[in-house]
Amino acid sequence: MSQPVVPQKTYVMVFLGLIGLTALTTGVAFLDLGPFNTVVALAIAFTKMLLVLLFFMGLKHSSDIMRTVVIAGFFWLALLIALTMGDYRTRSWSPSPDSWSATAPPTHP
Amino acid sequence: MTEAEARAHHPGLAHQFRDLDQQQETDTLGIWLFLVTEIMFFGGLFAAYAIYRWLYFAAFEGGSHILDIRLGAANTMVLLASSLTMALSVRSAQTGNRRSTVTFLVGTMILGTIFLVIKGVEYNQKFEEHVVPTLDWAPQGETLAKLAPGGLGHAEMYFVFYFAMTGLHAIHMIIGMGLLLWLVVRARKGTFTGGYFAPVEVVGLYWHFVDIVWIFLFPLLYLIGGRY
Repeated sequence: MSQPVVPQKTYVMVFLGLIGLTALTTGVAFLDLGPFNTVVALAIAFTKMLLVLLFFMGLKHSSDIMRTVVIAGFFWLALLIALTMGDYRTRSWSPSPDSWSATAPPTHP
Repeated sequence: MTEAEARAHHPGLAHQFRDLDQQQETDTLGIWLFLVTEIMFFGGLFAAYAIYRWLYFAAFEGGSHILDIRLGAANTMVLLASSLTMALSVRSAQTGNRRSTVTFLVGTMILGTIFLVIKGVEYNQKFEEHVVPTLDWAPQGETLAKLAPGGLGHAEMYFVFYFAMTGLHAIHMIIGMGLLLWLVVRARKGTFTGGYFAPVEVVGLYWHFVDIVWIFLFPLLYLIGGRY
């Protein structure tokens, strides 16, 4: 099961797509889209990553075990970021008891 | 000797493998496992970045506006071009074309050098603007006006992330350049012929991974909050 030889043209087209997306993300930075600036920038970066993974890194023609390893890697990264951010962003949701913020050490009878 | 027999007796084939294809599959899986550890290595920085950017958004926006977006975009394109030449050198090694393998590998090294030179110019600018945390932190004038609204201490935190993330990325580039040099020497000797090209493939995967890290660093560091 040897790897197929991908035509040079495919690599060049992918490269042109990546350059186009870089120009697009740079251009969009000069438009005021409010919070969507970040969303668009990350969506474009994600698309570029997929292009590199599938074509330059050859996952399009890889075996299933290879893809499983890659997906597992990114899944763990997603867990790392989602759970950490989930913790930080929800810490102030419920009020803490007044006694927690008392500066004086608790007195024991 | 038929082509199949030549492949079975290739000097690049280690004795524990049945054939070159099985060896290549094993090598590729191995480098992917390494790259997963790299994802988590950079991932820790990305997660920390996400928290601080959320906590001190104004400071991160101010810091981002100190960076030169043209140099950042130019460097992104240089690195993408180096990924193209890398992919083409892997393809050349796969088809056993020694000459174009070497040409594309050298091209990748040249583009990698251009990237590092531009990065060096940017680092130098940061020293001139006195926005290097700890070593030279004394922003003045226009720079100070951009950083002050978010709080100077928090802006310094932005530059800690800027130098830590781009610095770690640059170290990976330098290691990659060393690996490319090693490949050039081996490719010139004609090592990568007759279906044996796993080392080129493996270094290629590493190089593309480093490219992906930059694909995210560019919008996250240079494009915060927009330039409108």
